[in-house]
Amino acid sequence: MPFPGVEVIHLCAQCDDYPCVEACPVEALRVDEKTKAVLVDREKCTGCEACIEACPGQVPYLHPGDGKAVICDLCGGDPECVKVCVEAGYRAIYAVEEEVNVNRKLFARPPLEVAQDIAVNLYGEKGLEVI
Amino acid sequence: MPRGYTGKILDVDLTEGRIRELELPWKTLEDFFGGRGLAAKILWDRLGDHWSEVNPLGPENLLIALTGPLTAFYPGSRVCVSGKSPLSNGVVGSTASTEFAMELKAAGYDGVIVSGRAEKPVYLLITDEGCDIRDAGHLWGKTGEETIRLLNREVREELQRSRRGPQREPGILYIGPAGENRVRNAAVMTKLFHAAGYGGYGAVMGSKNLKAIVAKGYGPLPEVAAPETFKILWREVHRELIKRDRMRRWGTGYGGYYVAADTSSEPVRNWQEEWHDERRFGGPNFQFRFWVKPYYADFNCTTSCMKISCIKTGKWKGDITDMPDYELEAYLGPNLGIFDPEDVVHLSAVIDNLGHSGINIGNTMAFAAELYQRGILTEEDLGFKLEWGDIEAFDRLAHMIARREGIGDILAEGTYRAALKIGEMKGVDALRYAVQVKGIEVGAHGIRSGRDYPTPIGYAASPQGGDHTSTTRDAYEDMTWSVFGDSAVVCSFCYHDPLIWEMARAVTGWDISKHRWCTEHGRRILTLQQVLLLLGGPDVYWDPDRDFDNPPRFYEPLPSGPYKGMKADRETVEKMKRDYFKAMGWDERGIPTKETRDRLGLSYLDPHIREMRR
Repeated sequence: MPFPGVEVIHLCAQCDDYPCVEACPVEALRVDEKTKAVLVDREKCTGCEACIEACPGQVPYLHPGDGKAVICDLCGGDPECVKVCVEAGYRAIYAVEEEVNVNRKLFARPPLEVAQDIAVNLYGEKGLEVI
Repeated sequence: MPRGYTGKILDVDLTEGRIRELELPWKTLEDFFGGRGLAAKILWDRLGDHWSEVNPLGPENLLIALTGPLTAFYPGSRVCVSGKSPLSNGVVGSTASTEFAMELKAAGYDGVIVSGRAEKPVYLLITDEGCDIRDAGHLWGKTGEETIRLLNREVREELQRSRRGPQREPGILYIGPAGENRVRNAAVMTKLFHAAGYGGYGAVMGSKNLKAIVAKGYGPLPEVAAPETFKILWREVHRELIKRDRMRRWGTGYGGYYVAADTSSEPVRNWQEEWHDERRFGGPNFQFRFWVKPYYADFNCTTSCMKISCIKTGKWKGDITDMPDYELEAYLGPNLGIFDPEDVVHLSAVIDNLGHSGINIGNTMAFAAELYQRGILTEEDLGFKLEWGDIEAFDRLAHMIARREGIGDILAEGTYRAALKIGEMKGVDALRYAVQVKGIEVGAHGIRSGRDYPTPIGYAASPQGGDHTSTTRDAYEDMTWSVFGDSAVVCSFCYHDPLIWEMARAVTGWDISKHRWCTEHGRRILTLQQVLLLLGGPDVYWDPDRDFDNPPRFYEPLPSGPYKGMKADRETVEKMKRDYFKAMGWDERGIPTKETRDRLGLSYLDPHIREMRR
């Protein structure tokens, strides 16, 4: 949230071509067969940040504790974040079953870029300069 | 190790540029909890023996920003800013909603104590690695919006160098031009429009040449005493708070507005009236015209009562502010004779950007306008006409006060001191028109109609003066959401009885119950605040016989509305005040008795009690 009111939900968009997996030099990342989510092998990960650079949305981050990459694994197909958001009554995050031909990569964008768009939506022209 | 605390407090001396880490004894933490209580105790320990000589705007005063044990655990993250108040010369626990509190705790500190005075403008950057004093020359004189933008970019860039990946922006406490120029009722601002307003700590920060405190933490929160219980309670609290949909849907700007407007307790033209028939000045006019974001909250807050307003067209295009919430709606609206929602949103944005406290400056400007109405202040004194409802004039006056130009220099001293000065200058009794209690301007909840929540002694007997978030009632219930809320540092709109007490036990592991708090901890904190308030000084002392009273305006009958003719009754006030003091264990003048001091473990106050019987 670089400016008041501009909160950005910043989650893995589940690209079809997995740039992060391809970028990993030590093969610590793989694709789960069932959910198609990216899984991180915490033994192999060296924290080199290649996946962060490869991601069009800068989604992965290094855990402050052990310095290894963290990527959403969809909690095995039933995301906890969705459950808690629905339970709380916000319904801001929800699970969608999408057709195969949706280009998910469109949703993978750096948070600052998304924030700028939201700011323009909220404040009009002023949004361009607020961040 | 007490649970819920990180156990460390940063102690920064700006004169010498010395940074230390402080560990407070468990006993102190258990007795005073955090936030407002702990701040009063720290102030007593450091400055108590020469309290009345400490100039609130001098280098010896402290600026304290504290979290509490429940901060970041209970919904709604808040930080408590305190110090010796330049308005009341006592201690006010002034809280503001901000992620700063959470970042500070994640960085490993319970709070920051700033003393001394830097030679040049500086800001503090607090991270896991410690604290750093930075040059803030490029930020000095900047408005709120610019300060946030510059600091955000600067700090984010720097953090990005050491850690890769996108960074969430840091938590920032800052002051605007008003604080820099030591306007006595300036606020410590955070985010764009959240403020710790009461007490005037913006001026204290300005007097230390401290432009901002920036915090960014990556560490985990401290451990809690009973993690499993805590998890259950956490869900339960959120489930309860999500039910407050009236607050979430309308915020105080709509809901609270109608409460006060219908109960005739809203200030109109410096409290000369408390009733108006301007129906177009209600909630829907703000909602549909200005609210660009209907739900807005700090991280972890379920109540989310904030809304963001933006003026989209016209000459004030691009003015951004919060709802405005009820207090600002009233103080920058009807209290200045303004009944156009757009004017209020604009004025609110101006005030936030200048770093004024909306309630207090609204009160001071209305005071000036009433003096103009009565011919005490003339066009010659002001340099322009100050008619009720003239938005341009009030806009100009707010800037003049922030920069201390012309008449602004006198008004920047706060309503009480300005009344004394103008009274002396013009040879009239200007205090009659000053709606303040013990130097602190009264919140926008009147007592005359008797229909709103403050009791007739709500402000009169309170050690925090006109603070509407800490009013007095019966020496029991008022310890809960205000004293406990400010000490555990949670928001009073998130306060949930009894879950908050369960939560306090689960987090700290101490035996805290509502009853124990209301009869012991809360009274200890208020008693200490009362003593510090009565010690006062150096420029103003409060007389226990005279100053525990409502402003004269509240004894004038309401001139209009359905509650016409009602006023505060002096006998009732006297009686309630005596009862309140008795219940608190204070004598009939409001001075804590020896017995009370011993019972609450405050016997170290004994040598100073004589001083306050002046």
